[in-house]
Formats: sequence, structure tokens, C-alpha cells
Amino acid sequence: MATAADPAAPGAVASATEDNRPIRPRASRDEIAQRGVIGVLVLYLVLALVLPIGMVFSKALQQYAFTPDQITIAFGRGGAFEAPRSLQSWIDETGYVVNDGLRASERTRVQIVRIIPRPARAGVEAYRVTDASSAGGQLLLGQEFSAPGQTIEVPAADLGRIQVRPQMSYGLGNFGYYFSQKSLSDSIRNSFVIAAIVVAINVPLAFGFAYALTRTRIRHKEWFRLISTVPILVPSLLPAIGLVYLFGNQGILTPLLFGASIYGPIGIVMASVFFTFPHAVIIMTIALGGADQRLYEAAEVLGASKRRTFWTVTLPGARYGLISAAFVVFTLVITDFGVPKVIGGDYNMLALDIYKQVIGQQNFQIGAVVSIVLLIPAVIAFTVDRVISRAQTAQFSSKAVPYQPDEDVRRDRWMLGHCIAVSVFILGILFMCQFAALAKFWPYNLTLGFQHYQFNKMDGGGWAAYWNSIRLAFFAATIGAVLVFIGAYLVEKGRGFVAGRIGLQFLAMMPMAIPGMVLGLAYIFFFNDPSNPFNFLYGTMAILVINTIVHLYTVSHITATTALKQLDGEFEAVSMSLKQPFLRTMTRVSAPCCLPAIGEMWMYYFVNAMTTVSAVVFLYSPSTNLASVAVLNMDDAGDIAPAAAMAMMIFYTNAAVRILYGLFSRNVLGSLQAWRAR
Amino acid sequence: MPEPYLRIRNVSKRFGDFTALRDVNLDIGKGEFVCFLGPSGCGKTTLLRAIAGLDIQSEGMIEQAGRDISALPPSERDFGIVFQSYALFPNLTVADNVGYGLVGKGMPRADIRKKVAGLLAQVNLPDQGAKYPAKLSGGQQQRVALARALATEPGLLLLDEPLSALDAKVRIQLRGQLKDLQRDLGITTIMVTHDQEEALGLADRIVVMSQGRVEQVGSPVEIYTSPASVFVADFIGAMNFVPARVAGPGMIEIGSARFAAETAHINGDGRALAAIRPEDIKVQGVAPGDANALEVTIDAEEFCGSYMRATVIDAALGEARLKADLSMNLVRGMALTKGSRLPVALPPERLRVYPPLS
Repeated sequence: MATAADPAAPGAVASATEDNRPIRPRASRDEIAQRGVIGVLVLYLVLALVLPIGMVFSKALQQYAFTPDQITIAFGRGGAFEAPRSLQSWIDETGYVVNDGLRASERTRVQIVRIIPRPARAGVEAYRVTDASSAGGQLLLGQEFSAPGQTIEVPAADLGRIQVRPQMSYGLGNFGYYFSQKSLSDSIRNSFVIAAIVVAINVPLAFGFAYALTRTRIRHKEWFRLISTVPILVPSLLPAIGLVYLFGNQGILTPLLFGASIYGPIGIVMASVFFTFPHAVIIMTIALGGADQRLYEAAEVLGASKRRTFWTVTLPGARYGLISAAFVVFTLVITDFGVPKVIGGDYNMLALDIYKQVIGQQNFQIGAVVSIVLLIPAVIAFTVDRVISRAQTAQFSSKAVPYQPDEDVRRDRWMLGHCIAVSVFILGILFMCQFAALAKFWPYNLTLGFQHYQFNKMDGGGWAAYWNSIRLAFFAATIGAVLVFIGAYLVEKGRGFVAGRIGLQFLAMMPMAIPGMVLGLAYIFFFNDPSNPFNFLYGTMAILVINTIVHLYTVSHITATTALKQLDGEFEAVSMSLKQPFLRTMTRVSAPCCLPAIGEMWMYYFVNAMTTVSAVVFLYSPSTNLASVAVLNMDDAGDIAPAAAMAMMIFYTNAAVRILYGLFSRNVLGSLQAWRAR
Repeated sequence: MPEPYLRIRNVSKRFGDFTALRDVNLDIGKGEFVCFLGPSGCGKTTLLRAIAGLDIQSEGMIEQAGRDISALPPSERDFGIVFQSYALFPNLTVADNVGYGLVGKGMPRADIRKKVAGLLAQVNLPDQGAKYPAKLSGGQQQRVALARALATEPGLLLLDEPLSALDAKVRIQLRGQLKDLQRDLGITTIMVTHDQEEALGLADRIVVMSQGRVEQVGSPVEIYTSPASVFVADFIGAMNFVPARVAGPGMIEIGSARFAAETAHINGDGRALAAIRPEDIKVQGVAPGDANALEVTIDAEEFCGSYMRATVIDAALGEARLKADLSMNLVRGMALTKGSRLPVALPPERLRVYPPLS
């Protein structure tokens, strides 16, 4: 054997300097395959997320303005053309107000015949209209744009066919315009005020509820937990509709408002409390559920009063949950547009502005500006949430002794009351919706029947919309869960290609910061562009699936990575040593071990695809109408009872899928997971 | 000398600014059982992972059976590996775990089954194939992991702290089985451990590592009896360290007492560090005229079951305090207790001298 040669390390072999060279690890065929898959996923997220969002920014910077001083017009009388005059001089002369004083957008057009009054055109046989701009494209004859310096000659009768287009330039003009419009900038304030009020109501409400679930001995906790999650299963439009029936002009509880109107801030706040409640409860249950019994024993031994223990142990322990819940609720409210659409009256909110600007006025530029304004709170909330969730994971030690609530009858009685009150609020709205959906003619004829379920007789897409939603939910859930899991697996367990994996991780976290409305609008900009090779997707079911998968990507990704992190980190090393491809280890070991998480991801996708309105409202076509959008459109058309009926259909579907999943996971997954038993 | 099976040359590994391995050189012969021993963070696991290709070294060469594997991914190298966590696939039965590496190689199903049964018998787990890992004890799981690693008949077996997660009793039992199995199969084996007892008991050779460097390579006896550095001397076993001066060729001075010891390797101003193991201090049959003998006083005593570890002092030794192991027989026979005087000797061949710590 080698003997001592190096005095620093007796017994070791002598150093041989010629071998001292940097090593470039060679990638195995497996690693190259991994890179390929990561590349495909990154490409998908770039095409379906980054580029569309980029288009929002570029659209927001596109400003349009008429430049009539760069257009000249010459009259042809008696076979000869007179000297050309600029259109601007005509405007100055006649006092014509271009575009009624409204801000020009991409689609605004002005006709020359409206600028030059008829008497001034008497006896003209032909016109020569010249585009004197250097950019060109100012004039539109039929489908043709003018070239720079081009002169169009038309007979007198055809002057009406020539339209003037505004010129596009890049700048911050849209933002200046937006903030100068009181009605628009008011909605910023409104959105922030409403969101803040909802946070102020919901955080204590949810804290109390979560406290009751984790720190008391009340009975039927499972039922209360179940009830608190009901709002997740319905579109945010449903509580708004329910409130209309409860407190609207013909509501059964309207007198309780003492003359105040439910249409406006009150309605928005109440409906928002309803649909954001489960999110706050889930976060807070986790925050309160991780308590360490020993801290409470220590406080008791030190002689702290119950109140002091609450303020010095309980609250600080839950502080991350409180902050996180506050930000999540705030963002949900500010980015939701279903609630103000149904019950907002003329109270303007940010997310609704996007809808109005785009669907109502076709003003995409201002829609993009509002989107960017909406992105700001969403991105801040996202950042805070990420920072906090990191701090919170560090807070819990694995050695914590689970908290056991002590006996306290008075506390439990109060907390039970709280839980019952909240449950009555949630179930009351749900019940109201169902009742209104069945009542023949609210409030005059309350005979129950199914006439409002004849969706095919209403606008909004009919039963086809419902089946479309199921298809969307099924495809998004199935494809999404598989895609997200593969992505998360490669991020967590992949080998090499660090840049690609970090990139994928970053892209996977992005969608959570993008409100659905903004993503939907981004898709219009990106996919509706005829020059985009993916334009053929526009108006298809595929684009809805693509959009939904991206929209809900982050939460699923986090679910998958959390589950994967719990697996032994050396599975992949062992498989490599056994010369097995990663695909086999993923499908044979990692995926089966993460089956409960994959099921959760599937459920999350399915339920949210059924209820979401915000992103898809810009993307559906007559052939791909969706149930949630149908609720919106039927409500808009005044068919409120059918809207309620459809919203309840969504609820029953989600509830049924949940129950089926529960049975499935207990029986089928249970037998597949037999290995977990010790 | 036969060609070494594994040749490691100038291997360094950096993680950002942190250097985990510095210029490591090592030869391992075919069929050898080598332990990488050192405190946590010494680079032993990093070296193992570099050999496996899991974290490939920044520079340097690794050659296995004459093949340069330096840049190869793990899947193109020839090794089996067992981790501290076992890393058994929890959703597969024991038999499926062991046979995991045999599938997809065109081996008939029946042959796989037979081979798996044979492997399980080899690790003393016959008839456990149908169980899931969670149903087995830690020691059983580790044996399944071992069978899985051996199933593909690799040329090299890598063990990353395989026994550290087990109870003390199971650990010792499994240690014996591991050694027998390795000897039977004749497979070249590298085991990473921080447990010196494990290394001393199992290894043909031990590689002591510290701060990314190889401190010493040698047989367990060599490492124990002739530690090459203060680090090795301190890390393995118990050791007295006392400041000393070189008083002349083959002569050192502790306090005002002079002792014979090997000093040829000490340069500089004569300051040195003398070291002797507590069990090497001779206490029985010491005659006043013996080499390196002196009389000391017991200043403190620590009962250790079969022996007494006494702290001894003497005016001649100055500040130095030495720990000496006294057998309980002797303690009882001589009625030794705190304050007792007794003659001891520091045998010159056991007294080692190191350069002073800077």
C-alpha cells in the first residue's frame, strides 16, 4: 500500500501536480432530459405569463393622440385642385371638438366629413387628402392605412369613407390622464378603504373562529371547520347575490339597514367578508395550531394571568398568521371584481374599472394602466407573504409539544356563540341564494320550482356553460396537477442546471402576485394579436385551460414542493447509483409518496376553475361560455334568480367533487398508502 | 505494489467561498475497508460524495479501476451507496426496494426474485421481502438498504454514516455483520463516520480528516499509537497534552522534570507539546531508577467503572496536570485516594512530542 510521503498527511500519497485541473462535470442523459423538461416548463410560463404581462406594461405606455396638423386636404373644384389646407385649421375655424373631448384610444376614429361642415364643401368634385406625418398611418380608407406622405384622392361622395386615426407614441400620458380623472382615481381610494374595512372586520372574526377551533374544547369543531370553508366552493358573485335577496330593494331583511342601501360599500364589505373568510381562517388555524404547550405551562408556573398569557404568548405566537391573513384578505378584496359588479351600484372599484374600460369602452390602454395600479398592492402583499411564511416556518420547532386546551366553560360558551354566529351568516347567505333560485317570482310568488334552472332560456350560455366549466375544471386540474408536480419535482430534486431550476422556481412563484383580471387582460393583448403565432388559441377551451393553470400555479407549486421536501433527500442519489432514470423514481416513488398532496392540488385547481371569473371573463367565447361567467352575465341582464341558481350549481358541483374526493382518498388512496402504517 | 483500485489526486472542492476539500490525495486498494474519520465539517462526506459523483469536485482527478471517472455523473460510475437515513423507498416493499436497481436491465423476473431472496438472506432478513420498510426496525431497514446497494454488484460500496442513526446495541451488532459481509464479498468499501470506535473496529485503514485536509492515513493501530499530529492525537482516544521544551537531543523538559523522548522532528526555538495517553502512564512495577519515572500526587479522581482516571500533579511538573488510568485492582490494592503519592513512569516510546500550537 502507499506509504507516508507527504509530511502533512502521513500515509497519504504524494501530490501529483499534473492532475490539478478544474473539472467540468459531464451531464448524464438523464440530466439532459431533465433540462429539456425544465426548458419546456419555463417556455410555457414565459409564453403564458411573462410575455402577456409584459404586453400589459407596453400597452399602458401606448398613448394615442390625433394630429390634425399633419393632415392636409385639398378641394377639387372645376377640374383643378385648390391649395391644400391643414385639418387643424379647419378644426380651429369650425370649433369642432375632436372625439367629443374624450381621450383617444387605439380604436377611436374621426371622420373628415364631421370636421369640415357641409356648406364649406359645396361644389367640390373631389378631394386630395394627404398624410403629411413621417410615421404615416393617420388615414384609413376601408382597411388600408396611409403611407407617410401619401395622398389619397377620392370623389366627393367618398370623403365619408376616409377616417382619421390617432397616432401612437410611448409615454406616461395614460397614467397622467388616469390620475386626472376623478372617477377613476376615486376608485383607488374606494378600493383601499373597502379592503381595509374588510381586513378590520375579517381578521378579528377569523381569529376568533380559528381560536375556537384550536384553543377551546367546543364540540363539533369539524362541522364548524367545514362550514368555514364553504365560501371557497362558490364564486364571489354568490354572496353578493345572496345579499341582494336579503337586503336589496325587495329583500327580506332590508328594514335592518334603516334606509341605507346594500348597493354600494355596505354590500361590498359584507360580501367580501364572506368570500375572504375561509382564507383568513385557514391561515390563522395554522398559526394558532402550532402552539407549544410548554410555553403555556411556563406562563402558568410564572403566575401570569390568562389575559397576560393571551397578550404575551398567544398573540405573539400568531403574529405572522395575523399579518399574513391581513395581506391575503386585503389583496383578495382589492383584486376581486365579482362582488362590486353585482352589488357595488355606482361605487367604483379598481378591478371593476378594468372590466368597464375593457368590456364597456374598449379602452385597452386605460385598462392596462388600471391593471398596473392593481398590480402594486398585489405584489406588495405577495412579498410580505413570502417573507412571513419563511419566518413562520423557522418559528415552529419540531419538538413542540402540542397544545391541549384546558377546561374553561365560560370561554367555550362564548367561542361557541361566535362560531354559531359566523356559521349562520355563511349558511344564511347560501340558503337565501338557494331559496331565491327556487322561488317562482321573488318576492311575490314564493312557490318553489325549477323554472330558473332552465338556463337555456336565458342569455349567458345556458347549460352548455355549466358543462364547459366542468370540462375546464377537469382539464385544468388534471393537466395542471401533473405539470406543476413535474416542475416542482425538478426544482426540488433535479440535478445540476441550477440556473434553470432557480428560473423555474421564480416563474412558478410569479402568478400569485398577478391578479386574475390583469392576467386575463394580458391574454387579450398577447393572444388576440393576429401576428402572434398562438393567435389560433384565442376563443378556444385550450386558452382557458392554459390561463387557469397559470393563474393558480403558485399555490399548487408550493403544495408540491412542501410535500417533496418531506421526502428523503437521498432517493435520487440512490436511484442514480442504481442507474435508474429520474422518470422512474419520480413515477414509482416520489409521486406515489406525494399522492395526498397531488390530490390536494387537483382539488384546488378544480374548485377554483369552477368559481373563477376574473381571468376568464376576458377570454371566453360564445362556444366556451362558463358557468361563473354565466352567473355574471345573467345577473347583469337582470336574471338574478337564474344567476343564483347557476351559482348554487357551482356550489353543489364543488361540494360533490369534494365529497367524492374524500371518499376516494379514504378508500382508494387509503389502500395505496398502506405502507404508511407502522 | 498492486495498482490501487481507487486513485484520488489533488481533489479540491469549493462551495462558493468555502473550501470543503483541499488537495486530497489518496489510494485505496481493491477489497480494502477504509474509513473516513473526522469531526463534522471536516470534508469526509464531501469526499465520499465526490467519489460517488453526487457533488463533483472542483478540481482534481478520481480514477476507479483504471478508469478516469472525475467528470462522470453518478449513473455512469460503479458504486452502491447506503445513507444514514437509509433512504428506503417507503411505498415499495422490502423486496421491491432491494430489486429496484435490477429492473429494466433485461433480467427475467424470476431471476430478480431469486437474487433478491438471496440478498435478503445474506443480510439475515429472509422472509421479510413482502413487508413495507416502515414495519421494520432501524437496524433491519439499514440492512435492507445495504442489500439494495449490493444488488447491482457494484465494485465499490460507499457508506455514509450508516450506523449513526441506530441504538448503541444495534449499532455494535450491525458493525460485526457489516464487517463479515464485506470480508465475504471482498468488496472495496469506504465508510464515512465521526465515531472513532466504529472506525477503529471496522477499518483496514483509517483516513483522518480535518478542515478539508487528510491529516493521517494508516491502520487503526498506527493511528492510535502513533498519531501524526496534535489533531489526530486529540481526536482519537484520550490524550494528555502538556507544554514542554526540548532540553537537548532526545530530551524534553516538563516543568523542571526531564524526560527522554524522540525530539529529532522538532525545530524552532525548542518549545514543544508533549503528549501521552492516560492508559500509557505506567503505574505498576515502577522502580525509582526506571526511565522517565517520577513520584506524583493524586489531585482528583474520576470513577469510570473498570478503572479510575486520576489527575496527578507534582511540584517538579510545574503547572502540568496529567490524567492517568489506574486499574481498580491497583486502586484497591494500594488504597489510593486523593492526596496519595505513587511512583509513575512516562515510557519514552509512549511519550510523543509535537511542535507547539501556533
